[in-house]
Amino acid sequence: MQTPPLAIHVSGLHKSYGKMQVLKGVDFAVAKGSIFALLGSNGAGKTTVVKILTTLLKPDGGKATVAGHDVVSKPEQVRESFSLTGQSAAVDEILTGRENLIMVAKLRQVKNPRQVADDLLQRFGLAEAAGRRVGTYSGGMRRRLDIAMSLIGNPPIIFLDEPTTGLDPEARIEVWKEIQSLANSGTTVLLTTQYLEEAEKLADRIAILHQGTIIVSGTLAELRRLLPPAKAELVERQPTLEEIFLAIIGNKEGVRR
Amino acid sequence: MSAHVVGNTGVMLGRSIRHVTRSMDTIITVTITPIALMLIFRYVFGGAIQTGTGNYTNYLMPGILLIAIASGVSYTGFRLFNDMQSGIFERFHSMPIARSSVLWGHVLTSLVSNAISVVIIIGVGLLMGFRTSAGVVAWLAVAGILALFTLALTWVAMIAGLAASTTDGATAFSYPLIFLPFLSSAFVPTDTMPGPVKAFAENQPVTAIVNTVRALFEQQPAGNDIWAALAWCAGILIVAYALAMRAYRRKIA
Repeated sequence: MQTPPLAIHVSGLHKSYGKMQVLKGVDFAVAKGSIFALLGSNGAGKTTVVKILTTLLKPDGGKATVAGHDVVSKPEQVRESFSLTGQSAAVDEILTGRENLIMVAKLRQVKNPRQVADDLLQRFGLAEAAGRRVGTYSGGMRRRLDIAMSLIGNPPIIFLDEPTTGLDPEARIEVWKEIQSLANSGTTVLLTTQYLEEAEKLADRIAILHQGTIIVSGTLAELRRLLPPAKAELVERQPTLEEIFLAIIGNKEGVRR
Repeated sequence: MSAHVVGNTGVMLGRSIRHVTRSMDTIITVTITPIALMLIFRYVFGGAIQTGTGNYTNYLMPGILLIAIASGVSYTGFRLFNDMQSGIFERFHSMPIARSSVLWGHVLTSLVSNAISVVIIIGVGLLMGFRTSAGVVAWLAVAGILALFTLALTWVAMIAGLAASTTDGATAFSYPLIFLPFLSSAFVPTDTMPGPVKAFAENQPVTAIVNTVRALFEQQPAGNDIWAALAWCAGILIVAYALAMRAYRRKIA
């Protein structure tokens, strides 16, 4: 079979929980090696889309393929092709950071699980905390470990469901850097977010999910064109609180890696 | 594929065994109540109870072990429930692994942790005067029946862990199980019980299992009790497994 150029293809996806219709015909496509942001408010159905694509939930109707395989009829093949970083950090709190990574490496049957774990601990700035139980980690550390666990086995597609929700600004920037470097190395990334800024900074294409359907999708430039052209106005540029915050604490921890 | 299942289950077992060994308090809470009951029955009530056998500690032991197992499996429900609540259950289910290994890891862990509790309680029993003439075969038979009982109750715990919506719901199922031995031949002979109580006591699984284990420890013929015990355990196991699988399928795609 010829490999299609699309990493993910979704058409006419429907899903209801009881009488509540969550997805009412969702369509979108994600090109290989790109970052695709699914933008929407809380309860828009972003997580439902991710759960269907990651074979955790069956759709009521429509079709979805991941890496060329249908999520309903070929779930095993689909699971070979991706990694999921879900909304709540999926880490084992009683194990140490290193043990979490080794566990996933063994389950994915990669060679040298210990080596893989140590490399990732280094890369995500967790080497010092590697032998500590994850229960003692901060939110940002957990999220970094969670993402590190998703990278084991180098899956070609990564799903990140609200990867920066609940993180402080520094940790969020760390996660952004990782996502960017993943895409640079050819990994396809589908991320959901409720932060407009996040979609704007990271995504090659953005789709807005609202009331069960994709109401617009395209590149940032295309979305900008939907509004009347920008007018030049003289506005005094004030630093944002985030910029102030980061500038003040900037050298607190030095460089993380 | 089957090598896959074995390998994955091994990793899952290693994971939840660490959960057991890193929270030894779970082993302590599981063993402390049965040990306390053993002390109370032996040193407070024991003198007044006529069992027709010389050594009351010997008489108590099987029922005490069943109480320990019944309370031990509630932690299996608890651990499974926690996995479902945190994202880790979904992480495992989204990975290219044998999905069944997620549940079997918990089941095997339950067998191991309950075996540890049973060994500890037998150790305390030996200090209190528990003696047996059982040989290797009889010990293996005792271990086999206790393992089957643990397996059956573990699958009951799996139903609770999968279907519960609160931590309390995931563990509360074990309270009635812990009381079943009191309505059996575990502490006193059933002969002195009034009619309906006696009828219940003599026809519930704990009595058959207790009588079988007691007979094995005493090197006596177990008679029909052993078949009743095996039938009860197998029956509970099959029904609980079927219900747990139904609850499981409701949770996952």
